[in-house]
Amino acid sequence: MMLFERAHSRREALRVAAISAAVAALTPQLAFAKSEDVKAEIDKLYGGKEMTAGKLKLDMPEIAENGLVVPINIEVESPMTEADYVKSVSVFAEGNPFPRVLTYHFTPACGRAAASLRMRLAQTQNVIAVAETSTGQLYTAKSEVKVTIGGCGG
Amino acid sequence: MAKTSARVRVPPKAKKDEIIEVKTLVSHEMESGVRKDSAGKIVPRDIINKFTAAFNGKVVFEAEWFPSVSANPYQAFFFKAQESGEFAFTWKDDNGEETTAKAKLEVA
Repeated sequence: MMLFERAHSRREALRVAAISAAVAALTPQLAFAKSEDVKAEIDKLYGGKEMTAGKLKLDMPEIAENGLVVPINIEVESPMTEADYVKSVSVFAEGNPFPRVLTYHFTPACGRAAASLRMRLAQTQNVIAVAETSTGQLYTAKSEVKVTIGGCGG
Repeated sequence: MAKTSARVRVPPKAKKDEIIEVKTLVSHEMESGVRKDSAGKIVPRDIINKFTAAFNGKVVFEAEWFPSVSANPYQAFFFKAQESGEFAFTWKDDNGEETTAKAKLEVA
């Protein structure tokens, strides 16, 4: 009986191990679902218009030790004149509970379409920025940040 | 929400057409709305959702913030000096509370 029980628990242990492996295999898919959330949010804000890479620079550390305060620097190449300036920049995080991080509204009075702050990152993930100019151009940039300690109090 | 205080750093003087950096810092816990307290209850969201910078009464820079912005938000941006005047900064939180700060700029 004792032996049988042990064998049983070992089978149980194997089963648990198999489930954990399955969950681990699922994790990238969960992250993928999040990136779809970001895509949906971007489509909602920008109506699925075409975006190009370049002009927009998203500067973040490759590795963030503390996910509570991750510096983020944004700069868009633009003449910043009344005729052609950067209207807005939005930032999205694929692995945070809420995908939208911020939206900046610039004016030609800024002189430079650049800003920086500190943000929370719950886990290692992609951060995406989208810039819209007064002439209707959309630019996008992506940055992957590895997070050592998550920053959402989970 | 506890009392907030704000600090801003603007160079006091600038040449005409010089682009200056404006740095701001406000104290606020930025409660994300997903954190649980020791009793396992979700702490309701309370964040600053809007930061506005105006110069001589005209809005020059605005930021909408969501729960991913860190506690005690730091915000830096740029401004092209044209004429002397005063900046007025406003931080507005979910409870409608406003924190304000001012800074003078002299343009030579």
